[in-house]
Amino acid sequence: MSFILTEDQEMLRETAMAFARDEMPVSHLRNLRDSGANGNDPATRKKLAELGFFGVIIPDEPGGETFGLTGLGQILEAQGRTLAATPLLQTALIAASALQLGGTPAQKAEWLAKIAAGEATFALALDETAHFSPHNISTEAERDGQGFTLNGLKKYVPDGHYADMFIVVARTFGEAGDRHGISLFLVPRGAKGVTVEPLKTVDSHGAAHVNFDGVHVPESALLGPADEGADILDPVLDRAAIGMAAEMLGSAQAAFDMTLEYLNSRKQFGQLIGSFQALQHRAAKMFTELEMTRSCVAAALDAADAGKTDLAELASLAKAKAGELVHMVSNDCVQMHGGIGMTDAAEPGFYMKRARVQEALYGSASWHRDRYAKLNGF
Amino acid sequence: MAYDNAEQLEAFRAETRKWLEENCPPSMRTPMQDDEIVWGGRNATYKNPESKIWLDRMGDKGWTAPHWPKEYGGGGLNREEVRVLEQEMRRIKARPPLFSFGLWMFGPALLEFGNHEQKLRFIPDIVKGKIRWCQGYSEPGAGSDLAGLQTRCEDKGDHYLINGQKVWTSYADKADWIFCLVRTDTSTKHEGISFILFDMKSPGVEARPIQLISGESPFCETFFTDVKVPKDQLVGKVNGGWEIAKRLLQFERSSISAGGFGGTGGSGILGPEDYAKQHIGTDESGRIADGDLRGRITDHKMFAKAFALTVQRQTEQAKAGQAVGHTASILKYAAAKMNQDRHELLIEALGTEGLGWEGEGFDKNAKKVTRQWLRSKGNSIEGGTSEINLNVIAKRVLGLKDHQ
Repeated sequence: MSFILTEDQEMLRETAMAFARDEMPVSHLRNLRDSGANGNDPATRKKLAELGFFGVIIPDEPGGETFGLTGLGQILEAQGRTLAATPLLQTALIAASALQLGGTPAQKAEWLAKIAAGEATFALALDETAHFSPHNISTEAERDGQGFTLNGLKKYVPDGHYADMFIVVARTFGEAGDRHGISLFLVPRGAKGVTVEPLKTVDSHGAAHVNFDGVHVPESALLGPADEGADILDPVLDRAAIGMAAEMLGSAQAAFDMTLEYLNSRKQFGQLIGSFQALQHRAAKMFTELEMTRSCVAAALDAADAGKTDLAELASLAKAKAGELVHMVSNDCVQMHGGIGMTDAAEPGFYMKRARVQEALYGSASWHRDRYAKLNGF
Repeated sequence: MAYDNAEQLEAFRAETRKWLEENCPPSMRTPMQDDEIVWGGRNATYKNPESKIWLDRMGDKGWTAPHWPKEYGGGGLNREEVRVLEQEMRRIKARPPLFSFGLWMFGPALLEFGNHEQKLRFIPDIVKGKIRWCQGYSEPGAGSDLAGLQTRCEDKGDHYLINGQKVWTSYADKADWIFCLVRTDTSTKHEGISFILFDMKSPGVEARPIQLISGESPFCETFFTDVKVPKDQLVGKVNGGWEIAKRLLQFERSSISAGGFGGTGGSGILGPEDYAKQHIGTDESGRIADGDLRGRITDHKMFAKAFALTVQRQTEQAKAGQAVGHTASILKYAAAKMNQDRHELLIEALGTEGLGWEGEGFDKNAKKVTRQWLRSKGNSIEGGTSEINLNVIAKRVLGLKDHQ
């Protein structure tokens, strides 16, 4: 286990923190919201590509060195701090991981370079209900002679409102709920029969319902083994949960820092409110949880990079702890700011709204607690 | 000894492994029961004679305190060697040869604040387990507000004279010597405290065990009536004891949180999930049938895992020379919560099986859990209450201000 960043990862972290602070502050998200851009931000994407952030886990040459998921985790933590809406989790983490774990040489050659260059964005079209349930897939992919025909509706697809490509989780065999019979497909946004319904979401990041109505894809669109796509999907979702946990850690840290600053400046009864013990103890408890969650996220990122066998367990630990943390901290951030916290002009509300989206995606704390218990045999 | 390459460290590992193979008696490589713990001291008793052999061999080598200076009887090992020794001991499941407040708290403080003569006089006997120390801190009127202590220490020219009372003195009835906070100036608070050492056999010292809710009596009320103490047994400067006291508390808090509250983890063999499966049962998919309890057990298990990872992270960061800040208080607070939650869940999962007190009719291990559940209530009180710990985190770590 290593909790110490390499020098390169440390530099990457500093660059990402500075970029988030200077180029993607919360006011930037507010502007995107007010201008109706709905989290779709091509100008920032271009800058992220120039910094090389899309290719952090993609080696220049096959088998080459990368910053690893630990490196990407630093960037996601940085963007979490300012709630930045970027395609990094969907494209640089999920799509890059899925292609690396399950892609054919041709798929890798075509897409990994484009992802690294920021020339293609992806979205994982997974959920079909309002709750994360990754094997509960009804979207059908039927063999049609020259490939497959897809039919089904995917709900709340993050980045689905602007992504160039979808990774569609579909069923080639069995019934909803079966692990066996799931297959993954690469589907261009422009494919005939794809309808994207953009969604205005509470966190101002946006998302989309995506409908696949008789969408034909060739054999070469299959990503990973037919029927056993869960062998790719599950480890990808573990990485997604870890990446999201890193982002949540950043959001929780920023909301906590903001709260602390307020406690140290707001006066009532002639006293700084931070001098009241009731608030001091809550802050101290939040800090303890923050420190413990930081350890879980770091351990999970390292487990992914080191190919540890307890990856699933650590992924669930990190996502559940980060979920509980960001929930508590974002609520207390609003509460401790008092009336100011209820206003749209202040930032606490942005953190609380984004927190609920972060909590729901890739498994709620409750979903991951259940899995953690199962993995531990009870 | 400094190592410039891994080869030399591996040679040290080979030597260590060989020495441990030859010197660690077979019964010292088995899990230890609570009544087999070796605390050393003048009146030490050994349930298993091999415990004494193991202590003597490790003590002679200085390996009970492997990183302390050789000059004072320690092992004189560097950080890497200590790690190798720990790894090699874990490999053969060797028991810790000695449990000791001297090793965990007093020794580290004396090495930092004592003079050369004091170190020569007291440290080697700590390393060898010959003298058992107790801690004279809390008083009836000075618990969380420790600096409010009143035990008087008067300068009588050629000696000091001590009068007063301590409470919650762990094992005062079994200890040989005490390290004690005393008041040498009544006109001021923190600046009027001194740190002094004396023999518990001195005339005027009396220790009375206190029976606790667990039925056990690990703590004493300790009375001092005209206790004469030689002047060379005061550590540091007169009225300069508070700094030493605080530093020692840091050692205490880290040893409490690192050890997960002492003992051998006797109840650590079965967890709440095991008892829940046993006494409540599971559904067809193997989940504990009581879903609410299962959820709370899971919460606790995750907290415990996060705690372990945090200890590991801070250890690594400290080794890498990074600042780890005031982590002792965070870990102490978290460890207390963790251990108390664990024991509440154990009791809950055991049901009425966990509510036995003594005699027949209850499982032996379950009765032990019951006692340890009661013992665990002290975790958030001893060594600084959880509320004081939260104050410390809020003020020293987070920089929140005092009331004006």
